[in-house]
Amino acid sequence: MQKPQNEMKLIFKSLSINEGFARVAVSAFAAQKDMTIEELNDIKTAVSEAVTNSIVHGYKNSIGDIYITCGIYNNNTIRIKIRDKGCGIEDIEKAMEPMYSSLGGDRAGLGFSVMECFTDRLKVSSKPGKGTTVILEKKVSIKC
Amino acid sequence: MPLTMKKQGDRLSVLLRGDIDHHSALPLRNAIDEAISRTRPKTLRLDFSEVTFMDSSGIGLVLGRYRNISTYGGALELSGLSLRYLKIMRLSGIEKIAKIRGGDESAKATK
Repeated sequence: MQKPQNEMKLIFKSLSINEGFARVAVSAFAAQKDMTIEELNDIKTAVSEAVTNSIVHGYKNSIGDIYITCGIYNNNTIRIKIRDKGCGIEDIEKAMEPMYSSLGGDRAGLGFSVMECFTDRLKVSSKPGKGTTVILEKKVSIKC
Repeated sequence: MPLTMKKQGDRLSVLLRGDIDHHSALPLRNAIDEAISRTRPKTLRLDFSEVTFMDSSGIGLVLGRYRNISTYGGALELSGLSLRYLKIMRLSGIEKIAKIRGGDESAKATK
Protein backbone atom coordinates (compact mmCIF):
# COMPACT_ATOMS: atom_id res chain seq x y z
CA MET A 1 0.00 0.00 0.00
CA GLN A 2 1.40 3.40 -0.94
CA LYS A 3 1.69 6.27 1.52
CA PRO A 4 -1.52 8.01 2.47
CA GLN A 5 -2.24 11.55 1.26
CA ASN A 6 -3.41 12.35 4.73
CA GLU A 7 -3.65 10.40 7.95
CA MET A 8 -4.97 10.78 11.48
CA LYS A 9 -4.66 8.75 14.66
CA LEU A 10 -6.98 8.49 17.62
CA ILE A 11 -6.55 6.84 21.01
CA PHE A 12 -9.49 6.60 23.39
CA LYS A 13 -10.75 4.49 26.26
CA SER A 14 -12.99 1.49 25.62
CA LEU A 15 -16.09 3.12 27.11
CA SER A 16 -19.30 2.55 25.20
CA ILE A 17 -20.01 6.28 25.11
CA ASN A 18 -16.98 6.56 22.77
CA GLU A 19 -18.68 4.46 20.06
CA GLY A 20 -20.47 7.57 18.85
CA PHE A 21 -17.35 9.70 19.18
CA ALA A 22 -15.22 7.25 17.16
CA ARG A 23 -17.56 6.90 14.19
CA VAL A 24 -18.24 10.65 14.01
CA ALA A 25 -14.52 11.52 14.32
CA VAL A 26 -13.52 9.07 11.58
CA SER A 27 -16.31 10.22 9.27
CA ALA A 28 -15.44 13.89 9.87
CA PHE A 29 -11.86 13.17 8.82
CA ALA A 30 -12.80 10.95 5.87
CA ALA A 31 -15.28 13.56 4.61
CA GLN A 32 -12.45 15.72 3.27
CA LYS A 33 -12.37 13.22 0.42
CA ASP A 34 -15.29 13.78 -1.91
CA MET A 35 -17.82 11.02 -1.49
CA THR A 36 -21.53 10.46 -1.27
CA ILE A 37 -23.43 10.67 2.02
CA GLU A 38 -24.20 6.98 1.53
CA GLU A 39 -20.51 6.10 1.40
CA LEU A 40 -19.79 8.22 4.45
CA ASN A 41 -22.58 6.45 6.34
CA ASP A 42 -21.17 3.09 5.25
CA ILE A 43 -17.86 4.07 6.88
CA LYS A 44 -19.64 5.27 10.04
CA THR A 45 -21.54 2.01 10.36
CA ALA A 46 -18.50 -0.21 9.82
CA VAL A 47 -16.38 1.78 12.32
CA SER A 48 -19.15 1.59 14.90
CA GLU A 49 -19.18 -2.22 14.61
CA ALA A 50 -15.42 -2.58 14.91
CA VAL A 51 -15.18 -0.25 17.91
CA THR A 52 -18.11 -1.99 19.62
CA ASN A 53 -16.31 -5.33 19.16
CA SER A 54 -13.20 -3.97 20.87
CA ILE A 55 -15.31 -2.68 23.76
CA VAL A 56 -17.58 -5.68 24.34
CA HIS A 57 -15.23 -8.50 23.32
CA GLY A 58 -11.63 -7.24 23.38
CA TYR A 59 -11.89 -5.48 26.73
CA LYS A 60 -14.75 -7.59 28.08
CA ASN A 61 -14.26 -7.02 31.80
CA SER A 62 -11.79 -4.19 31.72
CA ILE A 63 -11.14 -0.79 30.21
CA GLY A 64 -8.26 -0.38 27.79
CA ASP A 65 -7.18 1.82 24.92
CA ILE A 66 -8.52 1.60 21.39
CA TYR A 67 -6.29 2.86 18.57
CA ILE A 68 -7.65 4.07 15.26
CA THR A 69 -5.58 5.08 12.25
CA CYS A 70 -7.46 6.50 9.29
CA GLY A 71 -5.67 7.11 6.00
CA ILE A 72 -6.87 8.76 2.83
CA TYR A 73 -5.19 7.44 -0.32
CA ASN A 74 -4.76 8.76 -3.86
CA ASN A 75 -6.79 5.95 -5.38
CA ASN A 76 -9.93 7.18 -3.60
CA THR A 77 -9.58 4.65 -0.84
CA ILE A 78 -10.19 5.25 2.83
CA ARG A 79 -8.37 2.80 5.05
CA ILE A 80 -9.24 2.50 8.72
CA LYS A 81 -7.33 0.41 11.21
CA ILE A 82 -8.99 -0.29 14.55
CA ARG A 83 -6.76 -1.98 17.09
CA ASP A 84 -7.14 -3.07 20.70
CA LYS A 85 -4.84 -4.79 23.16
CA GLY A 86 -7.66 -6.90 24.57
CA CYS A 87 -8.19 -10.63 24.92
CA GLY A 88 -7.95 -11.41 21.20
CA ILE A 89 -9.96 -13.94 19.21
CA GLU A 90 -9.27 -17.69 19.46
CA ASP A 91 -11.05 -18.64 16.26
CA ILE A 92 -11.44 -15.76 13.80
CA GLU A 93 -13.38 -17.82 11.27
CA LYS A 94 -15.97 -18.74 13.87
CA ALA A 95 -16.16 -15.16 15.18
CA MET A 96 -16.90 -13.96 11.66
CA GLU A 97 -19.75 -16.41 11.09
CA PRO A 98 -23.05 -14.57 10.73
CA MET A 99 -25.27 -14.81 13.82
CA TYR A 100 -22.45 -16.19 15.96
CA SER A 101 -21.88 -14.28 19.18
CA SER A 102 -19.77 -15.46 22.09
CA LEU A 103 -21.89 -13.25 24.35
CA GLY A 104 -25.46 -14.07 23.37
CA GLY A 105 -28.09 -11.87 24.97
CA ASP A 106 -29.01 -8.98 22.73
CA ARG A 107 -25.87 -9.17 20.60
CA ALA A 108 -27.02 -10.30 17.15
CA GLY A 109 -23.62 -11.65 16.11
CA LEU A 110 -23.71 -9.64 12.91
CA GLY A 111 -20.93 -7.11 13.53
CA PHE A 112 -18.51 -8.60 11.01
CA SER A 113 -21.34 -9.19 8.52
CA VAL A 114 -22.21 -5.48 8.67
CA MET A 115 -18.54 -4.51 8.27
CA GLU A 116 -18.28 -6.78 5.21
CA CYS A 117 -21.52 -5.48 3.80
CA PHE A 118 -20.54 -1.81 3.99
CA THR A 119 -16.86 -1.87 3.02
CA ASP A 120 -14.83 -3.21 0.10
CA ARG A 121 -12.24 -5.03 2.14
CA LEU A 122 -12.16 -6.39 5.67
CA LYS A 123 -9.12 -7.91 7.28
CA VAL A 124 -9.06 -9.25 10.81
CA SER A 125 -5.94 -10.36 12.62
CA SER A 126 -5.78 -11.39 16.23
CA LYS A 127 -3.64 -13.09 18.83
CA PRO A 128 -5.27 -14.51 21.95
CA GLY A 129 -4.09 -12.51 24.92
CA LYS A 130 -2.53 -9.81 22.73
CA GLY A 131 -5.40 -8.09 20.97
CA THR A 132 -7.20 -7.68 17.68
CA THR A 133 -6.70 -5.50 14.62
CA VAL A 134 -9.43 -4.84 12.10
CA ILE A 135 -8.64 -3.14 8.80
CA LEU A 136 -11.49 -1.67 6.80
CA GLU A 137 -11.09 -0.32 3.28
CA LYS A 138 -13.67 1.67 1.43
CA LYS A 139 -13.39 2.82 -2.18
CA VAL A 140 -15.26 6.04 -2.61
CA SER A 141 -16.55 7.73 -5.73
CA ILE A 142 -15.71 11.27 -6.64
CA LYS A 143 -18.75 13.48 -6.54
CA CYS A 144 -19.49 15.40 -9.73
CA MET B 1 -35.05 8.65 27.10
CA PRO B 2 -34.99 9.00 23.29
CA LEU B 3 -38.26 7.21 22.68
CA THR B 4 -42.00 7.77 22.89
CA MET B 5 -44.47 4.99 23.64
CA LYS B 6 -48.15 4.87 22.95
CA LYS B 7 -50.63 2.15 23.80
CA GLN B 8 -53.63 2.03 21.47
CA GLY B 9 -55.91 -0.91 22.08
CA ASP B 10 -53.84 -4.07 21.74
CA ARG B 11 -50.92 -2.31 20.16
CA LEU B 12 -47.88 -0.74 21.77
CA SER B 13 -46.17 1.72 19.43
CA VAL B 14 -42.61 2.77 20.15
CA LEU B 15 -41.10 5.70 18.31
CA LEU B 16 -37.31 5.43 18.55
CA ARG B 17 -35.18 8.55 18.27
CA GLY B 18 -31.51 9.38 17.78
CA ASP B 19 -28.63 6.92 17.38
CA ILE B 20 -29.04 3.20 18.05
CA ASP B 21 -25.72 1.63 18.92
CA HIS B 22 -24.44 -0.70 21.64
CA HIS B 23 -24.24 2.24 24.06
CA SER B 24 -27.79 3.50 23.57
CA ALA B 25 -29.44 0.10 23.09
CA LEU B 26 -29.45 -0.92 26.77
CA PRO B 27 -31.68 1.87 28.14
CA LEU B 28 -33.96 1.48 25.11
CA ARG B 29 -34.22 -2.24 25.74
CA ASN B 30 -35.02 -1.76 29.41
CA ALA B 31 -37.70 0.86 28.73
CA ILE B 32 -39.39 -1.25 26.04
CA ASP B 33 -39.24 -4.47 28.07
CA GLU B 34 -40.72 -2.69 31.06
CA ALA B 35 -43.63 -1.43 28.93
CA ILE B 36 -44.13 -4.90 27.41
CA SER B 37 -44.42 -6.60 30.78
CA ARG B 38 -46.76 -3.87 32.00
CA THR B 39 -49.09 -3.80 28.98
CA ARG B 40 -48.55 -7.18 27.26
CA PRO B 41 -49.46 -5.84 23.81
CA LYS B 42 -50.71 -8.18 21.08
CA THR B 43 -48.67 -6.16 18.63
CA LEU B 44 -45.44 -4.30 19.28
CA ARG B 45 -44.63 -1.71 16.64
CA LEU B 46 -41.14 -0.26 16.50
CA ASP B 47 -40.93 2.92 14.44
CA PHE B 48 -37.48 3.84 13.09
CA SER B 49 -38.48 6.98 11.20
CA GLU B 50 -36.63 9.29 13.63
CA VAL B 51 -33.52 7.15 14.02
CA THR B 52 -30.39 9.03 12.95
CA PHE B 53 -27.90 6.13 13.03
CA MET B 54 -28.15 2.39 13.49
CA ASP B 55 -25.65 -0.46 13.47
CA SER B 56 -26.15 -4.17 14.25
CA SER B 57 -27.15 -3.26 17.81
CA GLY B 58 -30.50 -2.33 16.24
CA ILE B 59 -30.91 -5.93 15.10
CA GLY B 60 -30.15 -7.15 18.60
CA LEU B 61 -32.71 -4.74 20.01
CA VAL B 62 -35.39 -5.99 17.61
CA LEU B 63 -34.58 -9.71 17.98
CA GLY B 64 -34.52 -9.46 21.76
CA ARG B 65 -37.92 -7.74 21.87
CA TYR B 66 -39.29 -10.34 19.47
CA ARG B 67 -38.13 -13.10 21.82
CA ASN B 68 -39.81 -11.27 24.67
CA ILE B 69 -43.26 -10.83 23.10
CA SER B 70 -43.26 -14.22 21.38
CA THR B 71 -43.23 -15.93 24.79
CA TYR B 72 -46.92 -15.02 25.08
CA GLY B 73 -47.76 -14.95 21.36
CA GLY B 74 -47.27 -11.26 20.59
CA ALA B 75 -46.49 -10.03 17.07
CA LEU B 76 -43.83 -7.61 15.92
CA GLU B 77 -44.10 -4.82 13.36
CA LEU B 78 -41.32 -2.57 12.11
CA SER B 79 -41.97 0.73 10.42
CA GLY B 80 -40.09 3.75 9.13
CA LEU B 81 -37.00 1.77 8.09
CA SER B 82 -34.81 3.55 5.55
CA LEU B 83 -33.20 1.44 2.82
CA ARG B 84 -29.97 1.47 4.83
CA TYR B 85 -31.61 0.19 8.00
CA LEU B 86 -33.56 -2.38 6.00
CA LYS B 87 -30.30 -3.63 4.50
CA ILE B 88 -28.86 -4.06 8.00
CA MET B 89 -32.01 -5.71 9.34
CA ARG B 90 -32.13 -8.15 6.42
CA LEU B 91 -28.72 -9.57 7.38
CA SER B 92 -30.58 -11.26 10.23
CA GLY B 93 -33.52 -12.53 8.20
CA ILE B 94 -35.81 -10.44 10.36
CA GLU B 95 -38.40 -10.09 7.62
CA LYS B 96 -39.33 -13.72 8.33
CA ILE B 97 -40.51 -12.97 11.85
CA ALA B 98 -41.60 -9.34 11.74
CA LYS B 99 -44.07 -7.51 9.57
CA ILE B 100 -42.28 -4.67 7.84
CA ARG B 101 -44.58 -1.78 7.10
CA GLY B 102 -43.69 0.47 4.22
CA GLY B 103 -42.40 3.91 4.95
CA ASP B 104 -41.18 6.66 2.72
CA GLU B 105 -38.04 4.72 1.95
CA SER B 106 -36.70 6.70 -0.97
CA ALA B 107 -36.80 9.95 0.97
CA LYS B 108 -34.68 8.49 3.75
CA ALA B 109 -32.31 6.43 1.65
CA THR B 110 -29.40 8.65 2.61
CA LYS B 111 -29.74 8.20 6.35
